[in-house]
Amino acid sequence: MAYAQAQSQHPRFSVLSTASLGSIEHLSPAASATRFSLPSAPSINTALAGGKTGTRPNIYDRNLNKTRTTEVSASAFAFLFSEVVQYTQKRVSGIADLERRLNTLGYRVGTRVLELMVWRAEGTSKAPKREIRFLPALMSIHTQVWKSVFGKPADAIEKSVENSDEYMIIDNDPPITRHISVPRDMSQLSCSSFSAGIVEAVLDGLGFPARVTAHNTPNDQYPNRTTILIKLEQSVMDREEALKT
Amino acid sequence: MAIFGLWVINKAGGLVYQRNIGDGLPGLTSNEYLVLAGTLHGIHAITSRLSPTGSSSGAHTIEGEAFKMTILLTATGTKFVLLTSVVEPTADSVLQKVYEIYSDAVMKNPFHTPEMPIRSEAFDSRITALIG
Repeated sequence: MAYAQAQSQHPRFSVLSTASLGSIEHLSPAASATRFSLPSAPSINTALAGGKTGTRPNIYDRNLNKTRTTEVSASAFAFLFSEVVQYTQKRVSGIADLERRLNTLGYRVGTRVLELMVWRAEGTSKAPKREIRFLPALMSIHTQVWKSVFGKPADAIEKSVENSDEYMIIDNDPPITRHISVPRDMSQLSCSSFSAGIVEAVLDGLGFPARVTAHNTPNDQYPNRTTILIKLEQSVMDREEALKT
Repeated sequence: MAIFGLWVINKAGGLVYQRNIGDGLPGLTSNEYLVLAGTLHGIHAITSRLSPTGSSSGAHTIEGEAFKMTILLTATGTKFVLLTSVVEPTADSVLQKVYEIYSDAVMKNPFHTPEMPIRSEAFDSRITALIG
């Protein structure tokens, strides 16, 4: 009887799937947005079959540390990002929701960017180090993260005058939104929310939880100028205060 | 030696972008432009089947006494039409650049619907910088 029941419910199968689903939801920042699905692992077999004809090694076999020849076509990325925005826009109601989803997608990129960057910079070091103060961490985002993601450092860092827990990273011409012109009725939308998500993930990974948003701040010289606004959590401010001495 | 206007015609023959540069052209209503573009689309389709040596890309230039139309047909069927004076040696290279701007500012913009009229500030300003 018990056996029959187990058979009909496929207990092993269902336990596995719910358990893995549960843990994914727990880890993922998109826990509230259940529409995101984890990508299934690409089949190694097909990749190998494709590699037979070309001389270029399979992506899994390439050296992670050689970055010079692994640049990505800006056009290809622009088309991909355009599709990402269109896909997301079809599934949301309102600009805030769209920005939140782009932020979540960026977050998933950011966690990996941090991992890879730390491995590249400190992986071979005998005494690897980690930023524990906020300003050096912000500086490394401004230069290192921007360079490895966008190929150039950001243009400025500013500290908010009104709120001591707010910092800004300014990019005069963000590469990912270079070809996007937002229609007038959505003028407050900034597709750089994706970059904000990357920054949020990197800060989170370094132990500086914060809320990061993107805002259009055009000026005459740079119509695409974008400000990434970082609002640190109180716990970070308290720790910075304690570390000051 | 002057550029008078630019049209972009989608693959169905609809005018998705039209712009006059300077005041060399008589002002027409937008409906008249739509009719002209549709007619040109038809003529182009005819000329592309008249080649004695097999397949043809169709009419490339149409010349009048005081003006010249240069047509660039892309692989996807979009047509770029440049209205210039008869002697305008840069017409072809300008059209190539317009095509480049179109693929950057229009096709990579997530808020543009393919085959629909082009409403993109980036496209407008880059066209202005090129020929405005």
